[in-house]
Parts: sequence; C-alpha cells; structure tokens
Amino acid sequence: MAFKGTIVIDTEGCKGCGVCVTGCPQKCIALGKKANKKGYNHLEIIADTCIGCANCAILCPDGVIEVYRAKV
Amino acid sequence: MAKEIKLMKGNEAIAEGAIRCGCDGYFGYPITPQSEILEYLTAENPYPKTGMVVLQAESETASINMVYGGAALGKRVMTTSSSPGISLMQEGLSYIAGAELPALVVNVVRGGPGLGTIQPSQADYFQTVKGGGHGDYRLITLAPASVQEMYDFVELGFDLAFKYRNPVMLLSDGVIGQVMEKVEVGEYKPRWTNEYIAKTYPWALVGKPESRGHNIITSLQLDPVVQEKVNHKLQAKYKVCEENEVRYETFQTEDAEILLVAYGSSARICQKVVQLGREAGIKVGLLRPITLWPFPKKPLLELSKQVKSILTVEMSAGQMIEDVKLAVECKVPVQHYGRFGGMIPTPTEIFEVLKTL
Amino acid sequence: MTREEIIKPENLVYSKTKVLTDTVMHYCPGCGHGTTHRLVAEVIDEMGIQSETLGVAPVGCAVLAYNYFDVDIAEAAHGRAPALATAMKRLRPEKFVFTYQGDGDLAAIGTGETIHACNRGENITIIFVNNGIYGMTGGQMAPTTLEGMVTATSPYGREQQFNGHPLKITELVAQLPGTYYVTRQAVYTPALVRRAKKAIRQAFEYQKLNKGVTFVEIVSNCNSGWKMSPVKANEWLEENMLPFYPLGDLKVPEKE
Repeated sequence: MAFKGTIVIDTEGCKGCGVCVTGCPQKCIALGKKANKKGYNHLEIIADTCIGCANCAILCPDGVIEVYRAKV
Repeated sequence: MAKEIKLMKGNEAIAEGAIRCGCDGYFGYPITPQSEILEYLTAENPYPKTGMVVLQAESETASINMVYGGAALGKRVMTTSSSPGISLMQEGLSYIAGAELPALVVNVVRGGPGLGTIQPSQADYFQTVKGGGHGDYRLITLAPASVQEMYDFVELGFDLAFKYRNPVMLLSDGVIGQVMEKVEVGEYKPRWTNEYIAKTYPWALVGKPESRGHNIITSLQLDPVVQEKVNHKLQAKYKVCEENEVRYETFQTEDAEILLVAYGSSARICQKVVQLGREAGIKVGLLRPITLWPFPKKPLLELSKQVKSILTVEMSAGQMIEDVKLAVECKVPVQHYGRFGGMIPTPTEIFEVLKTL
Repeated sequence: MTREEIIKPENLVYSKTKVLTDTVMHYCPGCGHGTTHRLVAEVIDEMGIQSETLGVAPVGCAVLAYNYFDVDIAEAAHGRAPALATAMKRLRPEKFVFTYQGDGDLAAIGTGETIHACNRGENITIIFVNNGIYGMTGGQMAPTTLEGMVTATSPYGREQQFNGHPLKITELVAQLPGTYYVTRQAVYTPALVRRAKKAIRQAFEYQKLNKGVTFVEIVSNCNSGWKMSPVKANEWLEENMLPFYPLGDLKVPEKE
C-alpha cells in the first residue's frame, strides 16, 4: 500500500531552524529564500514526493507543521 | 460545651493551633528554639485524623518552597523556623508575596547576627517588616505576647493570608516559644475540601477544567510596564490592609505622661514596669503593637499629643523605634532601651531607665 | 491525487496538541526545549490527563514554560521546582505532578531539592533538559558543561582542575532508592523523538503506581549558547555530548 502525503506549514510561526529538513526521507522540504515577518527563511515544500511520514513535524520544536496522509 | 484548657509551650500551641484550625500542610526543618513545633506535629501525626500533611524538609529553603507549592494549590500551608532559617527563606517569601499567595510563616526569633545564640531576641524586626527578601513587598506581621496568642494567631494568620493573598509572619521569640501557659483551645475545624477551594479561590491550581484557561502562579513579568502595574496592585492591596488590619493593645494610657512601646515578650515585661512605675507615682502607660505591619501609627500619633516622652523597649539594638519615631512625627522625644544577643531585660532595669525620663 | 485532496480532516496524521497553547515559544530556532515541550504536552493529551495535571516551571530558558503548557502550573524559584512539586503531590496525591527543569536549575542551584525529592521517593515526574550550558543568561558554564567546552565563563574551555568535573546528576539520582524510573533521551532525530516520547509516557504512567520519582533527562542542544547553527549543534551534540551522557535507561523497574 502506498501513501501520498503533504504538509501545511505555519510559515509565520516557522523559525527557519532547518532541523525538520534533516529528518525528511523524501527530500521534499527545504528552507526557502523568502523570509517571514520575523525575518526567518521559512520552510517550503520543494517536491511532490511527500509520503506523510510526519518526521518533519515530529522534529519541529515549534509545532508549525501539520501532516496529512492519504492512501493511494 | 465546657472550655478545653491545656498547659502548653508556645511552640506546642502553634502546632495544636495548626491542627485544630484545619491547616492542610506543614513543612519545616529543625532549629532551636522552635523544634518542638515539628516534634509535636510528628508526634500528633494529624494525617490519619485530619489529612494534614506534615513533612520534615531538607532545609529551610526547601520548606518555604514547599509552602510556595502548597499555597499555589489554595491549601492552608505553613512553615516555622528561627532567625537563621528565616534568613534562608527570604527568597521564597519574596516569590510568595510576588505571586500573591497566602501562607503562614512563624519566626521564633533568636539572637543574631550570624549563628548568634539560641536565646530569645527581637532583632528580626527589620527583616520582617522592612522587606527581608527582594522587591517592594510586605509581610502582614502578627506579634504574639502569650501562649494563647501563639495558638489564636495561627488561625488569624491564615484568615489574613487568604483575605489578602499575602504571606503572614507570626513574629514570636524564644521566650514565647518556650514558656508554658494555659491555653484555651478551640474545636477541630475540618480542612477545606478541594471543591470548596476550586469554587472560592479561582486563582488556585486545581487542575485545568475545560471551562477555563489554565491558571498560572508566577511572580515574573518581563515587561516593566506590566511589572509596574503588578507593583501598583500590590501597593493598593497593602494600603487596604493598613486601613483595616492594624491591631494593638493599650495598658493604662488614659492619663499616661510617659509611654512605653513594646511588643511580644518585651510587652509582657513592660506590663510589670507599668505597675512598678504606677506604684512609684509615675504616670506611665504601655502601647503594645499586635500587628507590626501594618504598624499602629495613628494611635501612637494620638498618644504623642498627650505624653511627654516615649520609651521603646525591644530585645534588639533598636529597630521598632524607627517606626515609632515615624509615627509620632517628632512631636515627642523617643528613646530606646534594649538588651540583645539573647539577653532579656528585667522589669527593674527598665524601671531604672524610666525614672530618668 | 492533488494536495487539496489530501488535506482533509480524515487524513490528518499530525498536528499540534491542544495541551500546548497558541503562544509562540520564545526559544531560539531549533532548540530542543520546544520539541521536549511538545512531547510532554502530547503525552498529557494522549493520556487524557490535562485536567489532572499540575506543572512546575523552573528558572532558566524554560522559565516561561507556564505560558506554553495548557495546564495549571506554577513558576518556581531557581532550583526549587522539586520542593514545590513535593508539596503539590503530597497535598493532591491524585494529580499528576511534573517539574520541567534545565541543568543549571536542577543540577547546580537546585541540587539539594533534586537529591532529596528523589531520595524521599516523591511520586512526581521530573523532566530534565540538559544542554550543558546556561542558555537564558547568555551561555555561561553549567555543572554539566563538558571538559574543554567553551562558554562565556569558561572562555578557554572548561578546565577540570579549576572548574571541576561535569556532573552526571542523572547517574547520581539513579542510585537513590527513591527513584523508580530514570532514563536519558534525546530529541534530534525522528527515531529519538519517538523513543523520548515513549519514555515520557512511561514516566507519567509509572507516576500512577506511587513508587517514586520518574526522571527523564533529555540531552539537548543550545545552538545560541554553543554558537552553531541548529543543525550543526545537533551534530555536535551527537559527537560530543552523547559519549559523556550516553542515551538509554539508567533505571527501570524490576519485573514483579
């Protein structure tokens, strides 16, 4: 059974630490070039390969990632 | 119902008063001359009977912070110690005052400074009424002068503490702590239920229900604008307390030309001095402050218009005298007589001073 | 399947627990405190004990923890959280009581309270975040600072002869008969986070047994204090902190 996932990022709450990026097995997230209001280069989705494993959310110190996963 | 009379030490009366008034918890550490309080409580073992927790802590620092934790729950909790131990508690007292929590602390004062002596003293007046810990806060301070008052002031102390959400200090000394007198004890009052606390004290930590936000007990406000507001609120509370809670007693002041001012065991000694003075034809009276903070300023100012001289008697180098001077606004000369370092003045030696006024 | 098709309530697999408030945490980017807060809050949420939990916040980086944990909570004086928690649990033994403390708070100024609460076997849970430094005050040497580690008050590196040894307080409390469960965890990889959460859950579950202190150390980073990027700090943690503070259980209940 395969899963397809995606995440919703609270970009204004993101502090751009990048710890989540280290946990992503699909390499589908990265810190972007755009800064949020606090000046942090926040997290962005860079590829459509998310499997909804929630590793990023589990690592996020600020709880700014919501994870969705659907069977395909 | 017949009155129940017991012969007790002052320290024992504190412990008995705590059990009977429905105290929830006592946290303390041994130190002379007040260790009987913890000994009495552990011997009485009130937990199975009333549910009152009694715990010997690892230090006075831990004791006062256990009190802080218990007070945060809206529980009636207390600790007792003597001067060096009370010094260790100052940080905690400041937090409790800052977090606006009710708590009762008993200081059975001994001579200092430093390790000092285990004999009685009143040299912790400044520490108690002028701060002690950091920041602009006040301790409501009761000064018992008898074993009966040691007993009565425990419940009174808790009542004031909860009325004002403020720590209350019972400032006793080694004389009152150790002396034995008869005490009329009251009936056992039940401890407050958790439901009563949750209903009556909405600030208490009781576990956050769905119906409200979480309760926070803290003395921290990083924003100085907010912290100033907190201080204004405290000061407003203290003002109400000063207007309503001044307690004092007078003896033969109606026609007095000389006024003695003394609290606690010094006041007991001064009662005898008044008698000696009167026998010698000196019109002498006594004012005994029962609350040291708030201080009985108004009655002192009134009496200053009538008397020609005031003598404060303290077992210290002269501490309360500063408040007496402030109260009488230089209307009359104020002198001090004190013994200190654990020495207790005799009525005769005070009488000799009285004759020179 | 489009993104919009995936983002549906029935497909939600992870979102922030309601036991954390919406207040933005003040922690530096990448700080392990945030993750640890989340895990404690998730455990309280999953156990359904939000209304039965009383917390105690420390002095240090986590001083404002009371703004984040959506439980009734008190802010202790520096190092005194176990004393507060002792009274809270004794007076409300049916509640879950936890302290949340850093290494300066728990292992320096509060050593006495820590040791004695553990030795009395208070039925509380202690969450201990060890990042080897005083973060809040600007990165000074802590009791847990490693030998040779540069801090604001050991600018040439911690010298054993001069500053003494890093304190393994967790090993110390594990020796005391009053502790029931003592474990050391970390939160910088997904697997470690999952393991740490299990440990925190275990600690809270064991609290029901009234068999003594449950103690969870989280070896964490302080990228600001260590002057590294968050990711680099986590690598440094693995290379330097873990050899001295090895992960795993230090004390588990004997099988009955």
